[in-house]
Amino acid sequence: MAETAVQKKPEASARRPLLEVENVTLSFGGVTALNGVSFTLYEGEILGLIGPNGAGKTTCFNVMTGVFRPTSGSVRFRGQRISGRKRFQITRMGIARTFQNIRLFPEMTALENVMVGADARHRTSVPGALFRLRRVRAKPEELVQVTAPGGPRRLWQQLRRTGQQIFGVSRHMLEERAGRAKAMELLRFVGIEHRAHELARNLPYGDQRRLEIARALATEPTLLCLDEPAAGFNPAEKLALLELIRKIRDRGLTVLLIEHDMRLVMGVTDRIVVLEFGQKIAEGTPAEVRQNPKVIAAYLGVPEDAA
Amino acid sequence: MSEINEATQRQEASGDTGVKAGVQKTEGAKRLRQLDMARSQFATRVRQRWAALPRWVRVATLLAFIAVLYGLPNLNIPFIRTESIAFSSVLFTCAVYVLVAVGLNVVIGLAGLLDLGYIGFFAVGAYSVAVFGSPQSEIATEYPWLALIPIAIALSMVSGVILGMPTLRLRGDYLAIVTLGFGEIVRLIAVNSSITNGQQGISQVPRPPGEIDGERIFGVVSARPYYWLALTVVLICMLGVRQLENSRVGRAWLAIREDEDAAELMGVPAFRFKLWAFAIGAALGGLSGALFASRQGYINSNSFDLLLSILFVAAVVLGGSGNMLGVTLGAILIAYLPEKLRDFSEDLPEYRFLAFGLALVVIMIFRPQGLIPSRRRAVELKDRQEEVTVGG
Ligand SMILES: Nc1ncnc2c1ncn2[C@@H]1O[C@H](COP(=O)(O)OP(=O)(O)OP(=O)(O)O)[C@@H](O)[C@H]1O
Ligand SMILES: [Mg+2]
Repeated sequence: MAETAVQKKPEASARRPLLEVENVTLSFGGVTALNGVSFTLYEGEILGLIGPNGAGKTTCFNVMTGVFRPTSGSVRFRGQRISGRKRFQITRMGIARTFQNIRLFPEMTALENVMVGADARHRTSVPGALFRLRRVRAKPEELVQVTAPGGPRRLWQQLRRTGQQIFGVSRHMLEERAGRAKAMELLRFVGIEHRAHELARNLPYGDQRRLEIARALATEPTLLCLDEPAAGFNPAEKLALLELIRKIRDRGLTVLLIEHDMRLVMGVTDRIVVLEFGQKIAEGTPAEVRQNPKVIAAYLGVPEDAA
Repeated sequence: MSEINEATQRQEASGDTGVKAGVQKTEGAKRLRQLDMARSQFATRVRQRWAALPRWVRVATLLAFIAVLYGLPNLNIPFIRTESIAFSSVLFTCAVYVLVAVGLNVVIGLAGLLDLGYIGFFAVGAYSVAVFGSPQSEIATEYPWLALIPIAIALSMVSGVILGMPTLRLRGDYLAIVTLGFGEIVRLIAVNSSITNGQQGISQVPRPPGEIDGERIFGVVSARPYYWLALTVVLICMLGVRQLENSRVGRAWLAIREDEDAAELMGVPAFRFKLWAFAIGAALGGLSGALFASRQGYINSNSFDLLLSILFVAAVVLGGSGNMLGVTLGAILIAYLPEKLRDFSEDLPEYRFLAFGLALVVIMIFRPQGLIPSRRRAVELKDRQEEVTVGG
């Protein structure tokens, strides 16, 4: 992890901001869940978002993904404001997330769950799926393969292949195939390939968490937001998750991680932002944050004036 | 602030309970779960057997089955055939109900939108044919039948979109109430408008064209040609809906039904796809209304009672919301049972409805997921979680 160590050294000029949270405030009636929170997420880093219960971490995710509109302040993703955009548009801009309380599509198979994510990049709609008239050119390996040794079946395959060469392949079919392949690849990536055809609701708890990550990855995000992905995991599972998060970063993604397990957070993140009562109380490398008296006070419950 | 003190430990604890909650179950629930598993395993096995057959066997079986369907009015099968009313006419009603159920299944079963005003679209389709086709109507444009069908489909689709635009932002129960209102509004317009001519109705609704030896194929007496026409329409529409189900569209609908917020956050343009579901459902409802009106030759506002709307929903839920085969069966039962029961109690028609009602209740007690439940068993009628709980 020598590279990680280098990245941890802040070199302001080399780092490009990906997500800028600027002075975001959000109130629910009397409760101010976020109060003037600002932080920046740089490309390629793993940022930890920590804080005691009710600090506003999940709310922060909800603002970033368009679930809530901030009362004031703004969120910029690659320089573009995200407020006012629809949730699915924000996803297509490149932000994907998982949920603190797992929210899969329980009556769909694992594969279908991931394919829904993959569909975020597809364009087939009702006319395309109904009439399949929209034709596109396909690569030779995507056409019907002539496999039969001979006889009428071979002739039929050859005819279809020629037809596809002349008229193209329906976009619906190409997208369907690509989505399926991508979904399988991602299930393999998170390690639950063998569950592909099981209903999401029948998956063991840990696999459900992994499936959520695969589904989010299928939307081809630049930024992946994980809301307590290790909740309820045993130490071995946590270790595996740590590896997975690193692998995700190695794919070139930026990761924002909410996590309560300090060891996990300290082990995997490049920087940490600490929230308490809706306010940012600290920001820095894991080592810095660990020593920050405000953070210690927040976690140990020492009144601020005594700290 | 003791809760904050325990921030880190709490997480471990809450995680554990999360896992246990999935495992701990009462005995009864366990038993039900086992039954459910056995049922779904059986269904899966049947499906796998079917899928494992060579393609030509499947195609041939399907074609043979379709041939039987076309032959039904001539086959004269005892027990199935009705005595007190022309069998082909019952078959026609069944086909129209199946078309309705297939359309309503897109809305309720796939997209999970509880539409209680579906009769409204059925009425729009029926009145489109009558108003633009009959010489009796006030407009008296007397368009030919072949032009009327696309008009009926287009108008009901438009009414679906008009209803959907403002209301599809609502969820669950609210949507159900608004659609209920829509069905009632359409009926009231039918009662009060001079174009639809209220209770007097419109007669001389055009029939499908075609003659053999100077005789109209679609006459007044025999319902057989109408049944064949309706069956053809049903098969084509089923094929279309199947195409949609096995595509990005079908997946998006299911995702919306399962968890709309999560679907949207995974890049599904939920509103657009809900509107599509509404439009397609409306188009199929309108088409079935048009077929119904062409066969009747006469419609008035009594034909579009709210009760029929409830019956349509009953067909879908009874058969197995979300499963095309299931809702087809549901629709056939709803259309066929009352007519069949007529054979047994001619003098006491009200018992017919009593028996019918009882049959419905019994089926719903023993098979709450419907007769042939969807592999993705319906969860859409459960209360939706509030929007604000996203990510909790
Ligand atoms: N939809 C909502 N309506 C009203 N209040 C809310 C809503 N969502 C969150 N809150 C409040 O906002 C505050 C921050 O909640 P949030 O869920 O963001 O905390 P968190 O940091 O994610 O905590 P945890 O570690 O328990 O997940 C809490 O006081 C919570 O009660
Ligand atoms: Mg939270």
